[in-house]
Amino acid sequence: METVKLYGAWPSPFSYRVIWALKLKGIPFEYIEEDLSSKSPQLLQYNPVYEKVPVLVHGGRPICESMVILEYLDEKWPQQPLLPSDPYKRAEARFWVKFGEDRGPSVWMIYRTEGEKQEKARRDALEMLTILEEHGLNGKKKFFGGDNINIVDIAFGGIAHWMGVIEEITGVKLIEDNKFPLLKAWMHNFKEVSFINENLPNREKMVAFFRARRSMILSSA
Amino acid sequence: MSEKEVVLLDFWPSPFGMRLRIALAEKGIDYEYKEEDLWNKSPLLLKSNPVHKKIPVLIHKGKPVCESLIALQYVEEVWPHKSPLLPSDPYARARARFWADYIDKKLYDLGRRTWATKGEEQEAAKKEFLDSLKLLEAELGDKPYFGGDKFGFVDAVLIPYYSWFYTYETCGNFSIEADCPKLIFWAKRCLEKESVKKSLPPQEKVYGFVLELKKRLGLL
Repeated sequence: METVKLYGAWPSPFSYRVIWALKLKGIPFEYIEEDLSSKSPQLLQYNPVYEKVPVLVHGGRPICESMVILEYLDEKWPQQPLLPSDPYKRAEARFWVKFGEDRGPSVWMIYRTEGEKQEKARRDALEMLTILEEHGLNGKKKFFGGDNINIVDIAFGGIAHWMGVIEEITGVKLIEDNKFPLLKAWMHNFKEVSFINENLPNREKMVAFFRARRSMILSSA
Repeated sequence: MSEKEVVLLDFWPSPFGMRLRIALAEKGIDYEYKEEDLWNKSPLLLKSNPVHKKIPVLIHKGKPVCESLIALQYVEEVWPHKSPLLPSDPYARARARFWADYIDKKLYDLGRRTWATKGEEQEAAKKEFLDSLKLLEAELGDKPYFGGDKFGFVDAVLIPYYSWFYTYETCGNFSIEADCPKLIFWAKRCLEKESVKKSLPPQEKVYGFVLELKKRLGLL
């Protein structure tokens, strides 16, 4: 079997999407931690277009962009499928993945800004969460994937673990107490799953890291 | 209600709609084309795409599929034997998805800024836009199509932007061919295909539409 390598960075939710998919499918892999302030020549060679993590290298051939990687993994290793088999349901799953890709950055904008820009980001993020609650999770069971985690759950994993850290550091609360009951339940269910639970960055470490980085971002803005 | 199994809610200048027109034509799928007035969206559009309220929407047997790249993959999966646009090898498919995603991340917004902005912002957009096209040109290399010997997924995703080139060039006062001659060569090769020819509006018509749009938005 050809080797699988994953170039990632521990603070990155995008790296974790790939880790979760690899663990779910039981695919053995070598993990290479990248220091994003000093990227390795290998990373730059494998991802010349974006110079970002994650990058999956399978048999020496690189694949970039986390959701492209996930679709590749699903095609090469069909066990524990990430996508449903029915074309219409696949289209629905991909729709929510894209929704997350398009709107997710608003949560990170809350983290990267302050004042009016942050307020706008907060409104955008709330809109995203409202749509997820009312259209995405409405009528669903435990997960977007039904009884089991699928590609949509993995795509939104950042919300389950990283968003709370951003809320804590910035003081901007998004998931207020009695709002978003379906989302709250989903976040809880998601983190209870063993292969997710065992593969999450340490929360204290995250708070310290992101807090320091936010100071740097704001002071250089 | 339509009698046809496939309905496409679209807007004639939309590059996102064009790629679906191309795919449906390539696969010889009969469908009903419905032109939407984006300033007066139909109840069918609002019902079919409640989250984004955008075109294109592909409706198949009454069920809507939104987002053009997703609908493109849907068409591939439902009609896999007719003129497949995606290769069968998973690695080649991953590369096609990567480049389709790149095209959509960059070209629409940068292209828009070449016609909708002025001064420094426009100059920056023009430069970035050309840089993106040059990267795509390098990816094309010596192949006749992005798909290799045959017109494929990335070709279908990119070629609609060609119908906007005259608009970008005229509004932005620059020449795409000067920087990316191979890409223009590729575009003309694609336009020899019936499915592409009938799916793309004339470049001058798009330009006329954008002039009207600029007036409407107070950008003239």
